[in-house]
Amino acid sequence: MKINPFLKQISRTPHANQLNLQLVSAETTTVTLKMPYSDDIIGDPYNKIIHSGAITTLIDTACGAAIFQAQNNTQSMATLDLRVDYLSPAAAGKDIQAYADCYKLTSTIAFVRTTVFTDDVNTPIATATATFMRSNKSFPIN
Amino acid sequence: MQLFNTINELKSRHDYVGLVELIPYAKSIGVETSMIGEHIVSTLNFKQSNIGNPALPALHGGVVAGFMENAALFHLLWEVELSRIPKIIDFSIDYLRPGQTLTTYSQCDIIRLGKRVALCNIKAWQDDPDKPIALARGHFLLANNDPIK
Repeated sequence: MKINPFLKQISRTPHANQLNLQLVSAETTTVTLKMPYSDDIIGDPYNKIIHSGAITTLIDTACGAAIFQAQNNTQSMATLDLRVDYLSPAAAGKDIQAYADCYKLTSTIAFVRTTVFTDDVNTPIATATATFMRSNKSFPIN
Repeated sequence: MQLFNTINELKSRHDYVGLVELIPYAKSIGVETSMIGEHIVSTLNFKQSNIGNPALPALHGGVVAGFMENAALFHLLWEVELSRIPKIIDFSIDYLRPGQTLTTYSQCDIIRLGKRVALCNIKAWQDDPDKPIALARGHFLLANNDPIK
C-alpha cells in the first residue's frame, strides 16, 4: 500500500508542528502517528503525566490523517464529535502513539476508531471513536 | 497534601497566573483564567501555533478539546478540595462551529459531584456565549476506591 504523500507533511500544520507529531506508518485505511514526550505538555506536574488535552490532539490529528489515507487524496474534513476513554495514564517519559483506522467512508461522513499506546498497541492507554464531515475542498499545507 | 496546600495558597492570593503555571500544558497553549462573577472562566487568546487548518484558518480541534478538558480541571482544582490532580476518565466533545482566530472562552459546570467521581459539562465559545463552538462532557476521578475484591 502506498502511503499518501500528503501524510508526511502533516507535521507542517502549526499545532501538529508545535507538538512535533511524526508519521510512523500507514496502511490502506490506517495511520500511526507519534507524539514525543515533552515537559511542555505535562498535565500532572507531581507525577509528570502528559495532559489529556495533548493526547486528544494526537487522536484528532491521527483521525484526520487516517481519513486522508483512506480517501487517498487531500480533501479536507471537520470533526463532528470525538469520544475518548482514558484507560490509564501514560508513563512519564514515554513517547505516545496513536493508531487510527478510518473504517467507514460515506459520501459525507468518515468514521474513525483510534487506539493510543506507548510500547504495545495491545496494551492501550486510551481508545477513541470519532465522526467527521467530509469536504470537497482541498486541505492546504503549503 | 502538597497539591492541597499549593491550591489553598493560590486561592488565598487569588493567584490565577500561579494556577496556570502549575500545569505546563495549559501554559504552552496559552491558557489564562480568572473569576467572572461566581464562575471560574478560562481564556485562550489567539496564538498562531494553535492553528490546525491554515486555510480557513481554524484552531486545531484538539486544542479546543484540550482547552476545555483543562477548563474542567481548573474548575475542579479551584472549587473542590482535592489532595491530588483529578484523573480524566472519559471525555466526549461535539464541535458546533469552527474555532476562528479569536479569543476563546470556556466554562465548566459540575453536574454531579460524588466522593470519587465528578461529571462535568463544559462549554466553549468565542464572540457570542449563545453560539458555542463546542460542547463537551467528561468524568473525572477524584479519589480511588478501596480495591474491589
